[in-house]
Parts: sequence; structure tokens; C-alpha cells
Amino acid sequence: MITSAIGQDVTSVGPGWDAVGRYLFGPLILRGILVTLELTVLAMAIGVGLGIVLAVMRLSPNPVVSWVSWVYIWFFRGTPVLVQIFFWFNLNGVLKVIGLGLPGTPFFLLFGHTNTLISAFMAAILGLGLNEAAYMAEIVRAGIISVEHGQTEAAQALGMTRLLVMRRIVLPQAMRVIVPPTGNETISMLKTSSLAFVAAVPELFTRSEQISLATFAVIELAIVASIWYLVMTTILTIAQYYVERHFARGALRELPLTPLQRFRRMLFTFHAPPPAPAELPVLLPRGH
Amino acid sequence: MSGTPMVKAEAVHKSFGRLEVLRGIDLEVQPKEVMCMIGPSGSGKSTFLRCINHLEKIDAGRLSVDGELVGYRQRGDKLYELGDAEVCKKRSEIGMVFQHFNLFPHMTTLDNVIEAPIRVKKESRAVAVERARKLLERVGLGDKVDAYPRQLSGGQQQRVAIARALAMQPKLMLFDEPTSALDPELVGDVLDAMRDLAQEGMTMMVVTHEMGFAREVGDSLVFMDGGVIVEAGNPRDVLSNPQQERTRAFLSKVL
Repeated sequence: MITSAIGQDVTSVGPGWDAVGRYLFGPLILRGILVTLELTVLAMAIGVGLGIVLAVMRLSPNPVVSWVSWVYIWFFRGTPVLVQIFFWFNLNGVLKVIGLGLPGTPFFLLFGHTNTLISAFMAAILGLGLNEAAYMAEIVRAGIISVEHGQTEAAQALGMTRLLVMRRIVLPQAMRVIVPPTGNETISMLKTSSLAFVAAVPELFTRSEQISLATFAVIELAIVASIWYLVMTTILTIAQYYVERHFARGALRELPLTPLQRFRRMLFTFHAPPPAPAELPVLLPRGH
Repeated sequence: MSGTPMVKAEAVHKSFGRLEVLRGIDLEVQPKEVMCMIGPSGSGKSTFLRCINHLEKIDAGRLSVDGELVGYRQRGDKLYELGDAEVCKKRSEIGMVFQHFNLFPHMTTLDNVIEAPIRVKKESRAVAVERARKLLERVGLGDKVDAYPRQLSGGQQQRVAIARALAMQPKLMLFDEPTSALDPELVGDVLDAMRDLAQEGMTMMVVTHEMGFAREVGDSLVFMDGGVIVEAGNPRDVLSNPQQERTRAFLSKVL
């Protein structure tokens, strides 16, 4: 009996590829992918938007504004994103209503009750997005300070306001420095969004985990999830190439070819045959 | 001289930390005058030029352009610094050309020239483009409207920068060593463009090392050293017959 059990184990070693194939396009998995993409896009939107604001604040000549940004980055970069998602998910335990107020002023804008405002999905978005903003702020700041100061001066000399200088002159040039690490962050976010699992958000990893619990095909579902994560990061990598190319305008004398253009050129360019070697005078020995 | 001077400086002081860069500058530039400023590096001439459009704040004294204080408003006998929007409005009436051109590299030549008229003066695109084309034509770059700055030579870039400043129809043009970063054979085209501008009656202040230009085009010449004006007057007189020892020493090195 023991041997037969071992025998059975031996035969079932290795993942069941048929199970992988079965679940790869399963409806739950596909819906999970959609949620993962939603999480990534929304969290990155918050991250980039708030990150730009924080970066500009950090570089402000006003010390209070700069300090607020510094504290934000210090806090959200210094605590684990998993804990932050957890925090937002369980906030209703300590806060019943949510609003926006300025400390020291009577201004308070009531948004609503915590339970209705912060769903599991919202908790994940907040946790991921607010954390990301801290990282993006530093990336954007690096981009801004990489733009030569003469650009700001020239724009100011033309009468452009500080905001206009930032929006029209500095940020577009900073993009060249900002885009590559932002691509990095987006790819990272795609995978980090699986932490939404702790808030039971039905994204790709949560779904695959749920299916594997029901079917015991743990490794198979992990493979299914990995395949999809790889597919999505690959698409993002390609998208990043084109975004970078867009912001290279003016920085390079000539834009590099896209892979498609290079491929076409390879197929349809016929290189002229090399010129025939000039006839060398042949010295023949006498007698021939 | 009649009317308000275009630029009037009274006891202008400026320090960077402990270093006193300007130690009491007094001068007047009349409308249509071309004033050239010369002096050794570190003498404060570029800093003074940058104070005129408030790229640098002055620490003491008064500086006014066309009768209005630069960057400040007077209330009683105190000066209050203006807000960003008001400073920008004043700056939009003063053109500036930099040593390193500072064209916007992510925009074409045409976009460089129409950017401020559209965004700052709120001109319509059609009007701005028409003027920009004329200006680029005038500086000899009518065929380069779609080029990016990095595709142009230094001399061409500087002429675009002049067109960009002129597109705002300024009443005063400031030139901060406009030919110092150029290869010698490219200097001529830029000086020609500036000479044309002077002949059309533009008020100009030019920080330069081009003594020939100062002699030919300048109406007045100022020699600065150590943050003060050492000598000023008619360019021919100052250059050929300097009265001060420091002026003589400087000219003997550069001429």
C-alpha cells in the first residue's frame, strides 16, 4: 500500500499542464485580469498625478510647502504598502466618516461614511496609489532637476508664469528622465497589485488562489497567474518604448526607428551588390 | 534728453551671500539708445542685466524700466515685491537673449517663437505664426521653421533666440554676451541681426566682448569692474582714449 501511494505520487510529479490549459482562459481568471488592470491603471494614475504635485511642492521656495511634501514622502515610503492597504481596508473600525479638512481651520468637507466610501477595491487603490505617489514624487523631482536652469530663465524672461514654465517647458523635457523609471514602476505595480489579495479584491492572484483552494491545483494556478503577469508586463514594456520615443523629440537629431520600421527596412531594402573589385594587373611569368 | 529714460538705475546693490556683486550702479538708458557694457568676468555686468528683468532681485537701490519700478511697487516710502503674475507682465515687455541661447529643445523653431505670444499674450495662433515667420525670415532662417534647435548651428540658434524675444514686441532688448559661445565664423551673422535691430530704433543693452560692435553700433559704452561703473561715455572716446587706469589695463588685454 505504501509503495503504491509512492508510485502514484511519482506519476503525478510535475504540474498538470492540462489543468493549466483549462484555467488559462477561465472566466474567473479573465475577470481577475481585468481587475488587476483596473487596479494598476488607477493606482498609477494617482501615483503619477499626486507624484507630480508632490515633486513641484518639494522644489517650492516656500519651506512649509516643501516640508509637507517631504513628510508625505517620508511616511508613505517608509511604511510597507501591504500595511497601508490593510490600514485603509480596516479604517472603518476607527473612523466612521471621512472628509477633507485643513488642520487649524474650520474648513471641513464631508465626503461620506467610511464603509460606503472605502470598499475593498478602494482600499487597495488608496494603499497602492498613495504609496506609489511617494516614489513617483522622487522620480519626477529627479526629472525636473535634470532640466537645465537656463530653460526656466529663458521662459521666465519671456514673461511665462511659474506654472506655465513648469507645464510647457520643464515637465515635457523632464519626461525623458521620468518615463523609464515610471515604466519600471508600472510593471512593478502590476505585480504589487496582487497584494490587494489581503483585501479580498478579486484580482488575478486572488482569483487563481481561490480556484486553487477549491481544486488543489496550486502550482497549476500559480503558473496560470504567472503567464498572464508575463503577458501584461511584456505589453507594457513595448508601450514604454513608444512613449520614450515620443518624448525624445528634439533631444536626438533623428528619432530611432521603431522595431516595425526596422523590420520593414530589413525586408524591403535591397543593398546594392558590393562594387566588383577593380581588375588587378596580373603579372604573368614570361613564357605563358 | 527728453522724456522718461527706458532704464534708470539708482545705487543698485546686489550680493550673493557675502559676495557683493553690484556696489552701487547708477545709469540711464534713453529710448532708442544702444548701450554696450564691457568689463572683466565677474565684474557684475551680466548680473546687472539680469536685475533689469528681475531674474535677480536687487538688495538696495532703485531700478525702473520705462518709468516703472522693476519687480516692486512703492507704497509710501517702502517697496513691496510684486507677485509672480505682475512680475511676468513686466518681463513680457523686455526681451532677453542669453549666452547659451536657451532655446526650448523639445519644440521646433517656429514653436519656440510662437510659444510666448500665444501663452503669455494670448494672441491667436494665426497672428503669432505670421509674425514668427516674418521674424525668422528677417534673421535669415525662413527655411528653418520646422527644424529642432539641436539641428541648427550655434549662430542659427542664437538668431532664433533673437526672433523669439522679438516676437513679444518688447520695448527693450537685453543681450547677455550673445556671441561668446559661438565659433568665430558664426559671430558675424548674429552681430548683423543685432545691427539691423539697432538701426530700426530698438533700445538695447548689450553685455559683450565685441569691441568692434561696441564702437560701431553702440551709442554709449560702460566699463564695469568690481561691481561699479568705472568709466562711461561715447564708445569711441572710451575705447580710444580711456581716462581711468583700470579701463586702460583691461583694454590693453582685449584689444
